[in-house]
Amino acid sequence: MKLQLTEEQADRQAHFREFADSEIAPHADRHDREERLSNEVIAKLAEQGCLGAMLSEAYDGHQMDAVSFGLVNEEIGRACTAARGLLTVQNMVVQSLERWGSDAQKAQWLPDLAAGRKIAGFALTEPEHGSDAGNIQTQAERDGNSFLVTGHKKWISYGQIADVFLLFARIDGQVSALLLERETDGLSIEPMKGILGARGSMLAELHLHRCAIPETNLVGNVGFGLVPVAFTALDVGRYSIAWGCVGLAQGCLDSSIKYTKSRKQFGTRLRDQQLIKRMIADMMVDIAAARLVCYQAGLLSETDDRDALKNMMIAKYVASNMAVRVAGAAVQVHGANGYSRDYPVERFYRDAKIGQMIEGSNEMLQLMISRYGYKK
Amino acid sequence: MSDTKERIREFLSQHIRDNGYRDDDDLFAKGYVNSLFAMELVLFVEKEFALTVENADLDPDNFRSVDAIAGLIGRKTTPETVE
Ligand SMILES: Cc1cc2nc3c(=O)[nH]c(=O)nc-3n(C[C@H](O)[C@H](O)[C@H](O)COP(=O)(O)OP(=O)(O)OC[C@H]3O[C@@H](n4cnc5c(N)ncnc54)[C@H](O)[C@@H]3O)c2cc1C
Repeated sequence: MKLQLTEEQADRQAHFREFADSEIAPHADRHDREERLSNEVIAKLAEQGCLGAMLSEAYDGHQMDAVSFGLVNEEIGRACTAARGLLTVQNMVVQSLERWGSDAQKAQWLPDLAAGRKIAGFALTEPEHGSDAGNIQTQAERDGNSFLVTGHKKWISYGQIADVFLLFARIDGQVSALLLERETDGLSIEPMKGILGARGSMLAELHLHRCAIPETNLVGNVGFGLVPVAFTALDVGRYSIAWGCVGLAQGCLDSSIKYTKSRKQFGTRLRDQQLIKRMIADMMVDIAAARLVCYQAGLLSETDDRDALKNMMIAKYVASNMAVRVAGAAVQVHGANGYSRDYPVERFYRDAKIGQMIEGSNEMLQLMISRYGYKK
Repeated sequence: MSDTKERIREFLSQHIRDNGYRDDDDLFAKGYVNSLFAMELVLFVEKEFALTVENADLDPDNFRSVDAIAGLIGRKTTPETVE
């Protein structure tokens, strides 16, 4: 076993570190305050190949290996959770569509999504069905060569700007996946404001009233939509979030180290106080452990590993819990300054919480991970 | 084909405690299949039999029973690789 980045991966990491510092981090506060991601940042993420990162070159993707994709998420996540969120959702939809879409769907959407000319949303959650996704109530009724879809989706990241949604609805009672275009008659998109963190995520509610979706927009098959199509997307999402959490925590650590080098109390710098050193050490150890779990998930997803799904769940679970702990410690180290907008740890602290909730809440992941424990 | 079914049963036995089902029993109707297990099943078929499950194969009828899964594998592999 060898745990070392290839030259290409190390170069990519250095490149994205510099890119995140110069092109993303300076906008992160504004994204948070204005509750929207700037168009320039979206364009730059696209230009850098972040929006079709693992997509094959045949569809103008960048065909990154899983570890490289993880490193990109870490670096963008260190700068801005909302920007990392765009990367997460876009790659979820892109990867699921590449895997399960028809040739026509792939040709129509993938090059545009990879280039950022089109933005994708993932529309599963409903007001009354979050964790219990198998019971969603959005209905798609057959009507000639189309489906007429009626329902209500909520908390859809980038729903405010998405051009197309990977939408989950019941067809003949069975959960299935469809591509819903923004300009469809009967679809109204209502922006959501005032969330705790990841505030640039441009969430929306989707109200669908007899939206006609051509049957050629069915992804996968009737009845087997939730499982492979959603799971493929959620698997990518978990991995992306896990690495994003490592990045967020690294951002907290970097800020804490910088702050404690200059802040003086009792005539000495905070960095010389033993209890501060202990907090810094704990942050470092926590981050290092989570990063290793993420590397494992990435590396094993590329080999014939039978436990790839489990590893992704563990990575998201470990890294998101770690990020909440580290962000809390970072605010503590900064004292009142950490509680103010003058320091990025205030934003990191609010942003960290979302990792425990999405792409399967950590409780749902505990339930699924434990099933592997009981597997023979 | 009997070897294929043996390998399918071996996989199923890791997930299903009750082994009192027949090769033509509907695993969905018996309530054995949750979403995680269904995804594992798709990945198992791909990895164990070195084939790609394509979007057209995503039909619950292809995964409904040991017989159905073996039938799918049979159709997707060359005759030499299936006993
Ligand atoms: C910022 C943000 C972005 C989002 N983006 C998207 C998106 O792009 N697309 C999308 O489809 N959804 C999105 N969501 C929704 C998200 O996926 C759901 O919030 C999540 O699935 C949890 O569902 P819920 O909020 O309805 O909570 P609930 O399912 O009501 O759960 C509430 C609590 O109960 C726990 N719980 C539920 N069931 C069990 C159980 N059986 N055992 C133990 N504990 C349980 C949960 O873990 C949670 O802690 C987003 C949400 C947020 C906040």
